[in-house]
Amino acid sequence: MCQHGPGAQASGFFIGGESLIGRDGLRVRFDKLGIVIALLAAYGALWSSFATLKPNRIVQGKAGSMLDSLPAWAGWALIGVLVVAIAAALFRASPWIKLIAAVAALAALTLSIGYAATFLTPAGNTYARVSPASGFWILLFAFALLAADAITRLDPPPGMRVLFLLLAAVAIGALLMSGSWNGLSIMKEYSGRADVFWVEAGKHVELALGSLFAAVLVGLPLGILCHRVAPLRDGVLNTLNLVQTIPSIALFGVLIAPLGWIATNVPGAAAIGIRGIGVAPAFVALFLYSLLPVVANTVVGLAGVPRAANDAARGIGMTGRQRLFKIEFPLALPVILTAIRIVLVQNIGMATIAALIGGGGFGVFVFQGIGQTAMDLVLLGAVPTVVLAFASAVVLDALIEMNSLVPNGARSA
Amino acid sequence: MRAWAPTILRGLLLVVLIAFLLSPGSFEPLLKPLVQQNAPAIYNQGSLLSLALLHLRTVFIATLAATIIAVLLAILVTRPFGTEFLALSRSLVNIGQTFPPVAVLALAVPAVGFGEKPTLIALFLYGLLPIFENTLTALTNLPRSVIEAARGAGMTNFQRLMQIELPLSLPVIVAGIRLSVVISLATATIGSTVAAKTLGEVIIAGLQSNNLAFVLQGGLIVGALAVLIYDGLSAIEGMLARRTGSA
Amino acid sequence: MIEIDAISKRYDGVPVVDNVSMVIEPRTVTVVVGTSGSGKTTLIRMINRLVEASEGAIRLDGEDNRSIPGYELRRRIGYAIQGHGLFPHRTVAQNIATVPGLLGWKKARIDAKVEELLTLFQLEPKTFGPRYPHELSGGQQQRVGVARALAAEPNVLLMDEPFGALDPIIRAKAQEDLLAIQKHFGTTIVLVTHDMNEAFHLADKIAVMDKGGVVQYGPPAELVRSPATPFVETLIGDAERPFRLLSIAKTGAAAEPGDADGAPISEDRSQQEALADLIWSGRDALPVISKNGVPMGRVTLDAILKRAARPR
Ligand SMILES: Nc1ncnc2c1ncn2[C@@H]1O[C@H](COP(=O)(O)OP(=O)(O)OP(=O)(O)O)[C@@H](O)[C@H]1O
Ligand SMILES: [Mg+2]
Repeated sequence: MCQHGPGAQASGFFIGGESLIGRDGLRVRFDKLGIVIALLAAYGALWSSFATLKPNRIVQGKAGSMLDSLPAWAGWALIGVLVVAIAAALFRASPWIKLIAAVAALAALTLSIGYAATFLTPAGNTYARVSPASGFWILLFAFALLAADAITRLDPPPGMRVLFLLLAAVAIGALLMSGSWNGLSIMKEYSGRADVFWVEAGKHVELALGSLFAAVLVGLPLGILCHRVAPLRDGVLNTLNLVQTIPSIALFGVLIAPLGWIATNVPGAAAIGIRGIGVAPAFVALFLYSLLPVVANTVVGLAGVPRAANDAARGIGMTGRQRLFKIEFPLALPVILTAIRIVLVQNIGMATIAALIGGGGFGVFVFQGIGQTAMDLVLLGAVPTVVLAFASAVVLDALIEMNSLVPNGARSA
Repeated sequence: MRAWAPTILRGLLLVVLIAFLLSPGSFEPLLKPLVQQNAPAIYNQGSLLSLALLHLRTVFIATLAATIIAVLLAILVTRPFGTEFLALSRSLVNIGQTFPPVAVLALAVPAVGFGEKPTLIALFLYGLLPIFENTLTALTNLPRSVIEAARGAGMTNFQRLMQIELPLSLPVIVAGIRLSVVISLATATIGSTVAAKTLGEVIIAGLQSNNLAFVLQGGLIVGALAVLIYDGLSAIEGMLARRTGSA
Repeated sequence: MIEIDAISKRYDGVPVVDNVSMVIEPRTVTVVVGTSGSGKTTLIRMINRLVEASEGAIRLDGEDNRSIPGYELRRRIGYAIQGHGLFPHRTVAQNIATVPGLLGWKKARIDAKVEELLTLFQLEPKTFGPRYPHELSGGQQQRVGVARALAAEPNVLLMDEPFGALDPIIRAKAQEDLLAIQKHFGTTIVLVTHDMNEAFHLADKIAVMDKGGVVQYGPPAELVRSPATPFVETLIGDAERPFRLLSIAKTGAAAEPGDADGAPISEDRSQQEALADLIWSGRDALPVISKNGVPMGRVTLDAILKRAARPR
């Protein structure tokens, strides 16, 4: 065993907690995740194709490698950036370096795919479609993994996570505005129906947020009631649990009938937008699904308020209502916010299904795309849904963390 | 007497479900009022029983695969070799859960085409998450003294995993499987939009022909299956947990 | 015999156990005491290699403990910890059978051993064998924990604060059991405790640890008579010294020929107990009897007080 002199310890080059120069001589340490990422990236870059050119939006296309899909200089530039990023992933380095490498690789990929689209599309041909092929997606996944790992290791405070999200949003927004993706088939699908897209986007958000809002409005008082009136609790929670087992399409469908009946038989109902098909049944269904998490978490949150805190509040002469708003509610807030996060993410996903009963939303594109076997159209619906759900999760996670009075290291993200 | 009530209700539910699947025709009078004149009240484009069995088969295969992979992954990231992946895997699970099942389903189609495959993939991917998360939670929250005792008794790492860690985690793993199955049962219905043979077919046929009876019977069969499976797995979980003294 | 030879353990370069050497005689009880964080747990866990030493060696009966894989070593060494660490999903009998099972004993031999140990620990095998740990009281769980550690008849038993969670009465009982069992099997026991009374009661030798080092290692009386450092002195406690001395000596050793009135005391009770009896009953002397009740003379207050005085 070698004895380190007093200076030897300090002069070691410490990166990521482990010495680059191993105890027993010069041994370079690899990052295990880096190896996985490098393998994935190598597979994506070398053995899969980068972009697909299709004569029109429906037929099968011809896939080509990076160098086939880009002018030589751009192809090699992309490969250069990827190689550097892979190297950064492979060796033990500070998470910041890895994050920068990942972002650079992701930027290079997204720019190149747009450029590939312009490059591959024959001039003047408006039918030809270029879409990303499997290699692109694999590379995207590999470097997103690297970025996720770097961010996990950095463990940024909630504010910074939201900032990262904003930066990403700005970057994507800029890319979209700059028109560098306009050659891509998904953007061609978009440009053909830009108006509809934003209408459906509005409906989607309206459905997801509106039903969440209604669920909170009803669920919070219901949860407080269940907390205070114990005999009510099991009945309410079991009923709501049962609702959750009914598949969403069925619940949407089943609600068509009663709402249709209300629309025709209750005066004024139709005037406020209640219809048998369309938004109303979707809204009600999402609302019903949302109730369980809100009510259950309110009950759990209130039950988790320490008895001592409540007794102390009573001791200093707070009324029941003061206790609720000043003591119980703030203490239960993180748990309730968690419910809101669950519900919002779930609603954004489920709102896609509303399209099946004429409720609109991004699902319109998904199901139209499936119907026409036009996968780019499917993507036009699916990608915004995923982005929306992901962004809400990040924002709400940050909110939850900022509202947790007890700072604890064990965070979920 | 009140304690029996749920058990009796469940028994009744099971009996009704089986009766309905075996002889849907005898329930026709019940559903008749829901449809317009001369529209069929019972699904007539295929056997409900075989659809239900296919539905269950799809969910079973996907859940089985998800369980195997999720448990293996959770084991991997909790071994010394895999600790580097632990934090990342937690983040990935968190991110993965934000992917809506429909999106996963839709995104699987370009990769594998229509039919049962994209449904299986979506169910598998979506089913992974609860099981992985629960297994991870269980494996990382085992009582320290028990693990120490197992090491102290001279168990090899593998023996400790098989004899102590996994058996002790089992109730929580089963809870994850339970969540996963309930999600999958519902998500499988959406699979019918990409031409998978599941009970979703009945519901979608109902939506297309404006036949409320179809929608209701499809939805209720799935709901009943979910309730029964949920309860069954809860019972197993309770049994396992009681045994380990954690309940 | 356990030879600990210049053993050290460092975490991130910080020594937690620092160059400790000591020899533990076979069939003795060695108690390790010291403040929290002084490295006691780390020291005994290096014996069964739950912690790998940074430097130095440990030999068991002359054989380096690194000559076999760690798990095999640990099957030969009993290990009992605070909070017992029983496997909650296994019955009491299955818990005790753990190491014999790992060693591949025949079922009949395992069953016999389980029954023997349960009986030895006064747990009716028929009743307690099939129970799960959560169906036992804390004291019973603790006994099962020790029984499990002894199941494969190890020569060495390591115990880390084994009685820490027990109430005083059960704890005293557990200590008696342990001594009886140590005699029965002739096991070499290394035990960590925070309780100085427990240390004096059980120990043939005490090792006092401070900041990773062993500052004194010797028989209890020696620690009282000539504490090596002020730390040892504080640990024993100024006010406790005379009583500690009395607590480790038997009444029989202070007996002298003569008569006394009143209830007799057994020769194997500690001199501290004899003193308590003398003071409480207001007598100057007690009759002493042997373990089988044969009169052996008497013990006087004077004799006891002399023995409690600072040795010179
Ligand atoms: N795995 C580890 N990594 C880093 N430091 C450790 C580790 N295990 C123990 N230590 C440190 O070593 C020191 C001694 O620990 P040890 O558990 O041996 O103390 P102890 O004497 O048994 O204390 P106690 O009486 O509280 O049980 C402590 O300061 C502890 O923080
Ligand atoms: Mg300790």
